[in-house]
Amino acid sequence: MGYSFPEEVLEHVFSFISLHTDRNAVSLVCKSWYEIERWCRRRIFIGNCYAVSPGIVIRRFPEVRSVELKGKPHFADFNLVPDGWGGYFYPWICEMARAYPWLEEIRLKRMVITDESLELISKSFKNFKVLVLSSCEGFSIDGLAAIAANCRNLRELDLRESEVEDLSGHWLSHFPDSCTSLQSLNMSCLLSEVSFSALVRLIARSPNLKTLRLNRAVPLEKLSTLLHRAPQLVELGTGAYSAEIRQDLLSNLTEAFAKCKELEGLSGFWDVVPFYLPAFYSVCSRLTSLNLSYATIQSPDVTKIITQCPNLQRLSVLDYIEDTGLDALSLSCKELRELRVFPSDPFVADANVALTEQGLVSVSEGCSKLQSVLYFCRQMSNSALTTIAKNRPNLTCFRLCILEPRAPDYQTLEPLDHGFGAIVDHCKQLQRLSLSGLLTDRVFEYIGNRAKKLEMLSIAFAGDSDLGLHFVLSGCESLRKLEIRDCPFGDKALLANVSKLETMRSLWMSSCSVSLGACKWLSQKMPRLNVEVIDEQGDLDSRPDSCHVEKLYVYRTVAGPRLDMPSFVRTMNQNPAYRR
Amino acid sequence: MPPPLLGIDGDDQGHVSLMTSASTMESIFPKNAGLTERNYLGLSDSSSVDSSAVSGISDVKRNNLNLKATELRLGLPGSQSPERDPDADLVSAESLDEKPLFPLLPSKDGICSGSQKTFVSGNKRGFSDTICSNANVNNKVSSCAQTTMIKDATSKVVSQDQTHATFGNNNKVNTSNPPAAKAQVVGWPPVRSFRKNILATNAKTNDEVDGKPGLTALFVKVSMDGAPYLRKVDLRSYTTYQQLSSALEKMFSCFTLGQCGSQGSQSLSESKLRDLLHGSEYVLTYEDKDGDWMLVSDVPWDMFIGSCKRLKIMKGSDAIGLAPRAMEKSKNRN
Repeated sequence: MGYSFPEEVLEHVFSFISLHTDRNAVSLVCKSWYEIERWCRRRIFIGNCYAVSPGIVIRRFPEVRSVELKGKPHFADFNLVPDGWGGYFYPWICEMARAYPWLEEIRLKRMVITDESLELISKSFKNFKVLVLSSCEGFSIDGLAAIAANCRNLRELDLRESEVEDLSGHWLSHFPDSCTSLQSLNMSCLLSEVSFSALVRLIARSPNLKTLRLNRAVPLEKLSTLLHRAPQLVELGTGAYSAEIRQDLLSNLTEAFAKCKELEGLSGFWDVVPFYLPAFYSVCSRLTSLNLSYATIQSPDVTKIITQCPNLQRLSVLDYIEDTGLDALSLSCKELRELRVFPSDPFVADANVALTEQGLVSVSEGCSKLQSVLYFCRQMSNSALTTIAKNRPNLTCFRLCILEPRAPDYQTLEPLDHGFGAIVDHCKQLQRLSLSGLLTDRVFEYIGNRAKKLEMLSIAFAGDSDLGLHFVLSGCESLRKLEIRDCPFGDKALLANVSKLETMRSLWMSSCSVSLGACKWLSQKMPRLNVEVIDEQGDLDSRPDSCHVEKLYVYRTVAGPRLDMPSFVRTMNQNPAYRR
Repeated sequence: MPPPLLGIDGDDQGHVSLMTSASTMESIFPKNAGLTERNYLGLSDSSSVDSSAVSGISDVKRNNLNLKATELRLGLPGSQSPERDPDADLVSAESLDEKPLFPLLPSKDGICSGSQKTFVSGNKRGFSDTICSNANVNNKVSSCAQTTMIKDATSKVVSQDQTHATFGNNNKVNTSNPPAAKAQVVGWPPVRSFRKNILATNAKTNDEVDGKPGLTALFVKVSMDGAPYLRKVDLRSYTTYQQLSSALEKMFSCFTLGQCGSQGSQSLSESKLRDLLHGSEYVLTYEDKDGDWMLVSDVPWDMFIGSCKRLKIMKGSDAIGLAPRAMEKSKNRN
């Protein structure tokens, strides 16, 4: 120990290490490094808010400036997690308000945050700068008003995809006139109108505003006014993109867009009237990010836009783009990294658009930098998947959703095992995979054998037996999150792989064949897992051990069973040994 | 017998490797370890005769699968398969969409999938025709449902009876939906609700032109006085007030149990809740598009779901003054 560096030097060295995984590795070297590291860690990321308690975090990391927390499991996005399940931020803010007076940033995903919590945030941290609420709920405009009013140095307020109780109220006017620090404002999820004059004034006094995402209620007629006040914008989300056909409006808008020389990202585009699309053509050559996933415009209009965007890296679009549009994309956008194609009419059995697997094949051929795919379609084949895999071995995220559950290869009528097998075989860096279509246990054998870097796997309506689950749990070394619905996986695979579950963040299984007894056994065998059974039928205590549970959520934790569960969630753990 | 795997057409290599893994699993996974296999549709064990009959047929079909793979045959409209439960048909022949979804006459080479439009969902059609060609079913949507039934029976999926997401169960429920509609499975396809609702608003305007009704989900929040958290319901998954009411009763029964005098069996407390809801204790109210709170009354169902923004179960005493104004309001509007 005599020849170790002084603390200050080590601390300085550590300040260059920012990745959480690297920081964690540093802290494992020796006790003194652990100590030094924990005192100088400024950013913490907690992927499951129930894996640890606020007390434990604060005790270990006393000088944190930035906190990121995630709450509900991913399938909550699709209404599979009943309301009231949990993910409350309040216990965290209570303790952090005391412990971290210098906290600057809070980022939450899928958590429940109340107005009370927002008010507490706004009053507890003098230097508070960044609030990102992604897919959160539980708060209203009143909470936002508190943030606006009290956070003197607010830099970023991002409410992406959150559910906000929209009582009538003008919260924007609560930003004091002295507030000029705003750099990013995303209110696209708000349903009701905001005071336009307050918005204009706020924008006019925010010279550093780079990101502005309006909500649908901001009319197109007013967009040019805003753009004139903020020509330095880098990212813009429009409001509703419709108005009466007026030539003067079009030229005003065109002129306003032309002044925005820094614009690189566009989104919004609800209710598009195609007449007004040319207004932003002048910025297309600079665009790196384009979100047209709310724009119900047809393929020719979409194609017209895309072919003018040679620098496009991220595109979200509806399936109105069709195969022809995707062909054009593959020819024009050679910088494309990420593509998301959403279904325009997901609940209709037959195709309403000419979008097939061919579109994705074209993009995989033409866009050599493509890494991330989310694709909804109605038909797929093993040969198409194999072609995609061979074209794009650099894929890191591949999420395919064939709308019909258990749809086979439409050409050969076989399962899509070989196709997905090719994906995991060729794409050796694949981190995230979502399966769909007709799949047997074989695909899971492929995945278990080949997908060594896979961290997140989503499975629905697939597999034949426990063997499938066993292949995944025993084979995928890097697996962190596994979410399964409506598959014939039961007790055997689960109980044969209990120790694997402690190496993962979480496992979700709904509408599978796991028995209550297996859940109890699992929780007794693995005290550091919370085995949560979600069952809305209400009589869990009187059910036999052999009955199947509706939903199962298993996650590792050092905080023991949680205390905020609603009546329909039970932790199977009978002995909470680690309660803090 | 190892679990049958669809689509394995004699690939010895793959089959051997699977067997090897299967045999090493024998020690951990003894065969028939008391697992009860049930038909994925949730048929009870007592009707195993039916399910085995279906599996019997499907075994034969499975062997023929690859031979028939490229041979597509269509039966005449209106014909029914003998083993098909008529109640489980998704749609009757009469309510088929006027636009024929697929040509009625097979094309010369017998393959119809790619004729005019490449995007016809040939997978369902081809598969269903292959499976059902012997059964002479031309009803496309019901044949898909049957396909699912046979597929599921073949793969011997083990599942629980009350799986609400079971595709087959949903088929049985939605007998009155128009043919182009898909049976809705909870949370499938995996599209976020805000995306669904936004498209629903757009789709309404488009679909009214096309004559197709929009059938996207319509989630509204339901709150109850005294309950610690909100629930959400999809109004489109119900067709009558009775259905909505009983669903809400089930959902909120755990909150009112405390207020029941007797803590009896499950059925007792549910009926008690029903009495509470139908009596003067609690009433169901909703907020309409204008922001007014109304009693859920006898406005036609479609009108109700068109204007309902959220629901609230409030105490009868709080609801005094909320006269059933709905009909008067609509009359005034007209």
